Parts: sequence; C-alpha cells; structure tokens
Amino acid sequence: MALVSDGRFVEDGWRRLADEETLPKSGKAIVSLARLEHALANLPAGVSLGVNLPNTTEPASLAAALPRLELIEIAFPAFADGRGFSLARLIRRAGFKGELRASGRLLADQYAHALGCGFDTVEIPDDIAGRQDEAQWRAARAAHARTYQRGYVAPGSILDARRKAAAK
Amino acid sequence: MTAHDTTLTRPNAPVTTYRYDDFDAAFVKERVAEFREQVRRRLAGNLTEDEFRPFRLMNGLYLQLHAYMLRVAIPYGTLSARQMRRLADIADKYDRGYGHFTTRQNLQYNWPKLVDTPDILEALAEVEMHAIQTSGNCIRNVTADHFAGVAPDEIEDPRPTAEFLRQWSSAHPEFSFLPRKFKIAVTGAAHDRAAVKVHDIGLALVKNDAGEIGYQVYVGGGLGRTPFVAKLIRDFVARADLLAYLEAIMRVYNRFGRRDNKYKARIKILVHEKGIDAVREAVEAEFAGMDRAVFSYDPAEFERIAAYFTPPPYEALPADSEKLRAARVAHPAFGNFVEVNVAPHKAPGYAIVTVSLKPVGGIPGDATSAQMRVLADASERFGFGELRISHEQNVILPHVKQDDLFDLWKLLDAAGLATANAGLVSDIISCPGLDYCSLATARSIPIAQAISKRFADLSRQRRIGKLGIKISGCINACGHHHVGAIGILGLEKKGQESYQITLGGDPTFSANVGELLGPGVTAEQVPDVIEHIVDFYLAERQEGESFIETWRRIGHARFKDVLRREGEDGAGI
Ligand code: HEM
Ligand code: SF4
Repeated sequence: MALVSDGRFVEDGWRRLADEETLPKSGKAIVSLARLEHALANLPAGVSLGVNLPNTTEPASLAAALPRLELIEIAFPAFADGRGFSLARLIRRAGFKGELRASGRLLADQYAHALGCGFDTVEIPDDIAGRQDEAQWRAARAAHARTYQRGYVAPGSILDARRKAAAK
Repeated sequence: MTAHDTTLTRPNAPVTTYRYDDFDAAFVKERVAEFREQVRRRLAGNLTEDEFRPFRLMNGLYLQLHAYMLRVAIPYGTLSARQMRRLADIADKYDRGYGHFTTRQNLQYNWPKLVDTPDILEALAEVEMHAIQTSGNCIRNVTADHFAGVAPDEIEDPRPTAEFLRQWSSAHPEFSFLPRKFKIAVTGAAHDRAAVKVHDIGLALVKNDAGEIGYQVYVGGGLGRTPFVAKLIRDFVARADLLAYLEAIMRVYNRFGRRDNKYKARIKILVHEKGIDAVREAVEAEFAGMDRAVFSYDPAEFERIAAYFTPPPYEALPADSEKLRAARVAHPAFGNFVEVNVAPHKAPGYAIVTVSLKPVGGIPGDATSAQMRVLADASERFGFGELRISHEQNVILPHVKQDDLFDLWKLLDAAGLATANAGLVSDIISCPGLDYCSLATARSIPIAQAISKRFADLSRQRRIGKLGIKISGCINACGHHHVGAIGILGLEKKGQESYQITLGGDPTFSANVGELLGPGVTAEQVPDVIEHIVDFYLAERQEGESFIETWRRIGHARFKDVLRREGEDGAGI
C-alpha cells in the first residue's frame, strides 16, 4: 500500500485494525463501519479513531460519530466506481473536518477529482504505485489546474476567476 | 471587449456562436495536454489498457471494428465556417477525406491512428473545438434544437443553457465516473426538435405565469435495449436553481444508480424500478439539503454566455421575397427544394435551409471534406458564417436571405448537396452498423441505401410526405429506431441478418416508442415491406394527414393485418 498526500508518497501514521483486534491504548486506529459504534463507546483517551466506509454508506447514519472521528476512509472497489466521490461530498457537507481518505484502485488520473470532492489523501495498492510514481500523481493533479465547477475544492475555479476579472 | 467585437479577433467568425475566452481556451488545451500525456503513459505501460479505456473514451476515442474512431463534439450542433473547414482539413490529413455526422450532434472519424489523436485534438482546440466527453460514463456532449435562435416557435434560444451546461459538466470532479453514460438535451421551442424525452435528462424552456423563464425537467428517457420515454420530475425549475437541481439529480443517480449490470445502470432503469415519485423525493431532498448559494448558478455568467447568441445583424426585409417567388416558378427543381428543405424563420425575409446529407443511395450523415468546405463557403456567403448539425444527420444553414436562396441552391446542387428530401422517406437516420461498428449485429447503411434507392423518385416522396425512417444495426439504438415513424432494427438470427420493423415512434413532446410489426424480415425484404406500409398509408390517409397521424387514427393492428396478408403472398413477414 502507498499513501499519496499532497502529491507525495508518505508514511501512513494510521493502522487498520482487523475486526477481532482489540483497540490499542494509544495511537491512530482505523476500524470498520461495523465496529464503529462499539469502538466509540470504548475509546481509550489516547486513541485517534478513523473509520473505513463502504461507498454505499448513508451519511446521515454517521451524524453522531462525525465530531469524534479524525479520519474517514472511503473504499473505492474499482476506479470506475465513482460513488465515493459523491459520498465524500456529503460527508464534507455534514461538517467533517478531519482527514478524508480514498482507498482502493484509484489512478493518478483521478487525483484531481478526489481532491475536488474533498479528499485529502489517497491510498493505493503497490502495483498501481509501482506504475504510477509520485511525478505522475503531481502531473495529473496539475493537469486540472482550471475547473468550471463552483462549490468543489477547486484551486482554480474559472467562474471565480471570471468574476474577479469582471469586477476589475 | 464585448461579445460583439468577435470579428476583431476572429476574422470570418459568425457573430452568433459562443467564443472561448482565455479560460475556456486554456481549459481545453489542458485537456489536450492531459490526454497526450495519457497516451504516452499508456504506450509506456504506466496505464493498462483497462485503466486507459475510460480516459480515452472521455476524449472521444473508441476502438472499433477496423480501427480507432474519434468522436468530435459539436456542442448543441452549432458550428462556424472556420470550424467546418478545420473538420475538413482533419478528415484529409488524418482520415480518409470524410466524416460521419451523427444523431448526437457529433462528427465521427473512422480511421484515425492512436498516436495522431493528440494532434487532432490540438488542431480542434485551435478552432475552439474538442472531443471532451463525447463518450464514457460521464455527462456527454449536451445537444439542442438545431433551429435554435431562428425558429419562429421559440420561447428562448436553448444554446446559452447548453453552453452553460457544457462548461459545468466538463471534467466534473464528482460526475466523471457515473454508473453509465449520461445524455442531456435542451429545447427552447414549442415543437421539440431535440428529442428531449428520450434523453437521461431533457430540459424544455418554459415561461411560468409570472412571465419568468425556467425549465421543465424530464428524467429517465432513453433508447437502447430498454427504451423509455422520460418522466416529468419538475414542472418548473427557476433558472437560478438549474445547476443545483441538476447536481441533485446527478448525485442521486451516482449514488443509487445500479452498477451491478451495465445494461441496467442507466438512470431510466432507476426511474423505472424505483418509480418517478421516489426518485423525485430523493432529488428534492438532496436539492433542499444543498448549500445552493455556494455553487449555485451565477446570473452574470449566464448573461455573459447568452450575449454570444444574440441575433446576427439581419437586414430589414419584406416578409416574402419577390425574387424567390419568381425563381420558384422558373425553376421547378429549385421550387421543390424550397418546398421541402426550407423552413420559416423568425426574421422577416429570411429562411432556414436544411442541407440533406442523404443523397439517393448515399450513406446517411457522411460528408466528404470537399462538401464540408462547400458548406463552409456557403455559410459565409449566405448565412453569417454559421452552420448547424441536426440530430437527423443533416446540416442546417440557419440564416439565409430568401433573396439568396436560388444562388445558394445552385452552389449546393453543384456539390451534390441539394437533395430535396428533408423529412421525407429517404431522409433516413442510420447508425454505421456492421460496416464500422464493433457492436453491430447487422448492416444498417446498405439498408438505408436500398430504401433510399427504392424511393428515389422525389416527386413520389413529396406525395408521401413527412415520414421518418430510422435504422439501427443493433439494440443499442444509435439510429433512434424506437422513435422512427418507421423504425428498423438489425439483428442476427441463426447467422443471418434479420430486421425488426416498428411503427409509430415519435421523438417529440408527444414521444412514443414504436410498436413491433411482426417477426423479422431479411435484408432483401426490407424495401418491399416499407413500400407495403407506405402504400397502405397512402390508401388510408385522410386529407392532409401525416403517416404518424394516420397510424394513430386507424391503429397499429390495421397495419399489422395488412402486412400479415401481404406475408401470405410472399412478403415473408
Ligand atoms: C460506432 C461506434 C458506436 C458505438 C460503439 C456506440 C455504442 C452505443 C451503445 C453501447 C449504446 C447503448 C447505450 C445504452 O443503452 O445504455 C448506444 C446508444 C446510442 N448511441 Fe451509439 N454507438 C456508436 C455510434 C453511434 C453513432 C454513429 C450514433 C449516431 C448516429 C450514436 C448515437 C447513439 C444514440 C442516440 C444512442 C441511444 C441513446 C440512449 O440510449 O438513450 N452512436 N451507442
Ligand atoms: S446501434 Fe449498434 S450497430 Fe449501430 S452504431 Fe450503435 S452500437 Fe453500433
């Protein structure tokens, strides 16, 4: 597994717990959605909690948990399955401020889409990381320097730039 | 700089087409550069073919039966003379000297090479064109009424809306990996020439009681193996809410559209399975939950776009041209052309001309590079340099002075472009079928050619009147056969081509999917069967009745009966 953050492959400070593993006393742990309620109810003070969500999760069901989560990971079962993009939008809209991570077979070519929908990081399997190095992730992100959509996390919204130009 | 200074920066540019600003130009260049890099990475092995595929499709590039195929967008069907010339140049340089205009207001090249495509895209970008989202599971090229801006029955020109949507849908971060392709069409007139009810989303511009212009929104229409007429989801969406409302629909579809089976992944299936009420409820809930202010529609931006589509500087002319009347009398062939291919125009003294790409025995929608250049020249001499592509696979010259019609006709006639058959039986819509398409189960071009030859006599065609024949080479229905007054679907049965015939299809506001006439017939029998149907109609029709009106009045069963009886004497149906 490789983790892409800000166009770089970085160390992952989070550990994914198997469902039968007990919660650690400290550190950063990601649990499955099935285990979320239990983990929150028994959370040791020193633990930062993250959750791994299937892309079919109903965001409303997370409302109570959101303020206590520091990471949400959305699974992409296949790179062509774009449900995770909409789910990310809804989770951000619900006010989640922590790290939003896309996990699965995403491609560098989708990096800009992921960032645009509110993801911070992308976790990819080694074979993709082997074929698509950091430089390709950065280039793919830079290839979408301009976007037409407003309301997305867009560094270069054309509409805002036009507004600015018109105001001059 | 205002929208009307276009001539300063674009010599020969029509004054009524959208012009890229620096941002649009940079955006399209960025897409070309991105694709060039993707092709390089594909060839270097950084992307597998499976991974590359959606990205090449998003740039209009298919892998077909014999070669790659490139599908170029002609947004809302509007094209300038300069752009048409560029299409001709590309056809010469990178293809075999022709292109195929499609029912989706695209142009397809059948023989480009993979390594050339980035250069082709660059050549397109230079004239403000692209192939972005002409394929793939994303929001496709938005289509619109080809008589936009000139039709007398228009509430508002649909093209500003379509251009607004083109920009919004381009490289959309959230909606580029949908369950399936997604098609949006817009019409602004009382008569629907954009087939909005057979699209995933159909938008019809309407005026409410308060006199405000907004949109009637239809959802879940589509052809293919399970044809559906779209359902009304909202009677009125204010312009200020249009993008928000569309985003709500798209988000509901992206989350809940089926992904387990690609044939069931279209929004029409979602609407069919859940019911329009449940889909409406989900969309309205999403719409209500959105922070509309942040991203919502910007009226100033809409106005900026709309300013490009103002009418060209028409001359003040009498409603009817004396010169035209005289020429019609003196030249009967020209008279027929005017009767059939010329439509009334909003501005007095002007006309809308349909240039048929369906010569008798020809390939529907094909144009050679020489013909493209003739059309470009004609548009500059006689029509403010503007052209349209219709979903009927024809070319439209939208602003021709009635006084100029005769000279235009002579020019078209010399180039083999004056076939007077717009809307008649030989104005056939046909997909490429087995001649080019890897999905085809039967030929469609040769069927179209055979029917067109059978009805070669144009005076007979005029007597028959308006009658749309539409042919697809497989159930995907690219040739719209479901909505043809006569639809023909090519299938394969026991190693043999077999053609199913449907009657009564209608793509307009009164949309209807055609009904099956009987078991399939062979390729050779198709023209006979069509002829029998037409003869029966002629025998049954009442004064002034079109084919579809007669069919509706007397009912499908009567047509079926006649064909069955014919079958007994050997027509084989
Ligand atoms: C030659 C390459 C082509 C391929 C591989 C292709 C593929 C397809 C497929 C798979 C569908 C079925 C979509 C579905 O039901 O989900 C479809 C539908 C359609 N295609 Fe094509 N097509 C091609 C060319 C064309 C051409 C040349 C036209 C126009 C003449 C066209 C216009 C359409 C239209 C209008 C539909 C029906 C829209 C709908 O399903 O709602 N396609 N095409
Ligand atoms: S209808 Fe079938 S044969 Fe015709 S173009 Fe579409 S996919 Fe190909």
